[in-house]
Amino acid sequence: MKLELRGITKRFGALVANDHIDLVVEPGEVHALLGENGAGKSTLMNVLYGFYDPDDGQILVDGVPVEFAGPGDAMAAGIGMVHQHFMLVPVFTVAENVVLGYEPVKGGGLIDLAEARRRVKEISDRFGFDVDPDALVEDLPVGAQQRVEIIKALSRDAKVLILDEPTAVLTPQETDELIAIMRQLKAAGTSIVFITHKLREVRAVADRITVIRRGKVVGAARPDSSETELASLMVGRSVSLGVERAPAQPGAVALQVRGLSVLDEAGVLQVDDVSFDVARGEIVAIAGVQGNGQTELTEVILGLEPAVAGSVVLDGTELIGRSVKDVLLAGVGYVPEDRSADGVVADFSVAENLVLDLFDQAPFARGISLDLAAIQENAERRAVEFDVRTQSVSDAVSTLSGGNQQKVVLAREMSRPLRLFIASQPTRGVDVGSIEFVHKRVVQERDSGTPVIIVSTELDEVLALADRIVVMYRGRIVGTVPGGTDRDVLGLMMAGVPQAEAEAQAATHHTVLGEADIEASEEESK
Amino acid sequence: MSQATPAPEQPAGSTAPAPRRDDGIEARAQGALREMLTSSWLVTVCALVLAMVISGVLIAAADADVQDAAAYFFARPADFFSAAWDAVWGAYVALFQGAIIDPTASTFTRAVRPLTETMTTSVPLILAGLGLGIGFRAGMFNIGAQGQIILGAIFAGYIGFAFDLPPVLHLLLAVIGAAVGGGLWAGIAGFLKARTGANEVIVTIMLNNIAIYLVGYLLSTKAFQREGSNNPISPPVGGNAEYPLLLGSGFRLHLGFLLAIAAAVFVWWLMSRSTLGFQFRAVGSNPSAARTAGINVNRVYLLVMMIAGSLAGLAGSAQILGTEKVLTDGVAASFGFDAITVALLGRSKPLGTFFAGLLFGALRAGGFAMQARTGTPIDIVLVVQSLVVLFIAAPPLVRAVFRLPSAGGRGAAPELSAPVVKEAAA
Repeated sequence: MKLELRGITKRFGALVANDHIDLVVEPGEVHALLGENGAGKSTLMNVLYGFYDPDDGQILVDGVPVEFAGPGDAMAAGIGMVHQHFMLVPVFTVAENVVLGYEPVKGGGLIDLAEARRRVKEISDRFGFDVDPDALVEDLPVGAQQRVEIIKALSRDAKVLILDEPTAVLTPQETDELIAIMRQLKAAGTSIVFITHKLREVRAVADRITVIRRGKVVGAARPDSSETELASLMVGRSVSLGVERAPAQPGAVALQVRGLSVLDEAGVLQVDDVSFDVARGEIVAIAGVQGNGQTELTEVILGLEPAVAGSVVLDGTELIGRSVKDVLLAGVGYVPEDRSADGVVADFSVAENLVLDLFDQAPFARGISLDLAAIQENAERRAVEFDVRTQSVSDAVSTLSGGNQQKVVLAREMSRPLRLFIASQPTRGVDVGSIEFVHKRVVQERDSGTPVIIVSTELDEVLALADRIVVMYRGRIVGTVPGGTDRDVLGLMMAGVPQAEAEAQAATHHTVLGEADIEASEEESK
Repeated sequence: MSQATPAPEQPAGSTAPAPRRDDGIEARAQGALREMLTSSWLVTVCALVLAMVISGVLIAAADADVQDAAAYFFARPADFFSAAWDAVWGAYVALFQGAIIDPTASTFTRAVRPLTETMTTSVPLILAGLGLGIGFRAGMFNIGAQGQIILGAIFAGYIGFAFDLPPVLHLLLAVIGAAVGGGLWAGIAGFLKARTGANEVIVTIMLNNIAIYLVGYLLSTKAFQREGSNNPISPPVGGNAEYPLLLGSGFRLHLGFLLAIAAAVFVWWLMSRSTLGFQFRAVGSNPSAARTAGINVNRVYLLVMMIAGSLAGLAGSAQILGTEKVLTDGVAASFGFDAITVALLGRSKPLGTFFAGLLFGALRAGGFAMQARTGTPIDIVLVVQSLVVLFIAAPPLVRAVFRLPSAGGRGAAPELSAPVVKEAAA
């Protein structure tokens, strides 16, 4: 099936989210849609999937113009979508999820579960998915849940499969399996639209690449374009992807975490007997797939959650048992993982957000009275220093883009003398241009002698920043490896494989992306 | 609410659209609250107009002349319309004359008395409304002003009639007592929320009931009941404990009005200029970010309730030391509930609350005159009040009626609808 979008335009008020976008997806090709957050990729796919009516332009399937009133029409026309956030019912089985919405029925209006199972089995066998139709979805790992979504789309005879940021939640090994699946589907004649902002993956699987910036198609690229070329196209100016940094000059150990354990509300051990050190002037990255205790670990250090056992000593002072305020005043800078939930107060101004944890300290307060002039002056200075793009520091922070909001958080947390800096997912939802800036500031902080902890689920980020890498899996530390460790080894460790075994396995079997790494480094050395 | 930044696809979600942690009734209630607080001034005015129009229909419908004229509507429709107009116009003129100024009165004192009555009536509404407004902005739906007013009145009343103290000191002590009484009563709800997470809406409603029966019980005890009386009524408060009258004995307007103005200024300073107010607002907008920034959220809950309760307590003092002078079980009238409306109408801002309080004071004061002169039931005033809130709670409705543009082109369509349709399709 050939899918064609012609001159698709979608406006929201004054905002043109899609501006005359043309896109042709040939049968059996993997077509990557590359663009930053907010470039208009998802809007375009939502138009294609029938969520939005385009203001202008048309969609053609095999040369015939079609109109979709909703996702049902799109599905009927052979378009399937796998959302970034899965649309599955956790307490249903795989088979039940797959047939949800158009259940096969037998006599008496009962659901024909045998038929449902057969469908799942058939697709799963055809592509070697290895999914048990009777497993409960909530028991499956994320990668398998994604496969259920793909089966769901395929069972409705999807000829074009849209994958929206499919690798965001996967381990490197799972990503590798997904890439294999994409190749198989392609071989079977299914077209794939692959939405992403990750350059490495695009180069690994795409046949054609369309780059979108600010709602417009800014160009097509071939998969053999270099990452820097792609990034420049995406951002609209030249960017350097790697962070230039001198080797770390670690000083004395500043932070000692010993035997730390944390329970969640349900009484499940989220952090299990974790011990590590961080020295002055080094960046320790905590790597792991989302939800393996990293979040809880940082929250305990800050005092947001209680620890059931263990100690956290910073420069000889015990932090466990102290209030958040005390920990912050002890010189801990903290960038939370979820910026909009924990980092900023959306309807506060940029200026107010910049003093969210300093508002009662001199010079921002005199007694119990705020010094608005000092707050304003500070905001103007920080906005320049951290390149926060805003019309006025009195604007609500919610009017800023994600990257600029993150700069506000960084500016706040780095604007006082620090003895420890913790940043969780420092560049999540941040545009490529700002990532560079954020990474530079983190390295600068390290070079000024501050111990730094980075928590990240993005291997690229871990590898770009870390001097040492602590890998966590199910609340435990799997191992500590030096920065620059092989991506495949890290990936296996993130799946719980001990270091030695991971090294052995990685040596015999490289993932696609791992190979791309090696090739790139070989090219460089030539 | 992205206004200028090009972030069209955020709603549909290539970035994680950050699921709110406390998704539930509470979050939704807070969302509704925010909606009410952020709608524009124009909407407020339109809501008021709309409420008056609908109430006008009710006034006409309830009027005997109009009903008569309706019987021969098809024969002489003009009769019907002129009767309806007379009824509505008459009622609203009476309302105005009873609330602001009465040009038909025989003496100047009588002519301006309605305005002073409005000001007097507005005192408890403004004071309690200011307190509720602080709570709303801190994200707490305090329904307990009624109970807090009663407790303020109990404390102030007891100090007022049980002791005999010199001037100034007596009043000062009684007023402080009122603030402490209301503050402690509301503090119970704040404490329970901070310690156990108990929902303040439920706790404050229950505390209202307890307060109502508490005052009833107290008025049957020796300490409170007037000697020689079988009715639930206390002795009158001492003259030294009364709020001095501002305009002489011809008017009821008392010092409490100046106290209300002072309180409005104080609340303005507290919320926009003090470190404490900064914390209140931060907790109200995003408690988890506030917590991450080292703000003690539980302490804020307690403090907000205590300050709100103190202001409601002062409203109680205005009743017992200003207008009623004795403690009865009806001392709080319905001021505690009307104050919720006042705070919402005033958008929880001090200046807005002040004027909303005056408006509701006017409706209340004018309502009596309207009933007396035109026979229009005073309940119409309640209908107006209720409709105002109803319309403020539904800004899109008001915008639709008056053909106003939707909230300043905030791109509400993509942000609100996208996740919804997605969920529906899943």
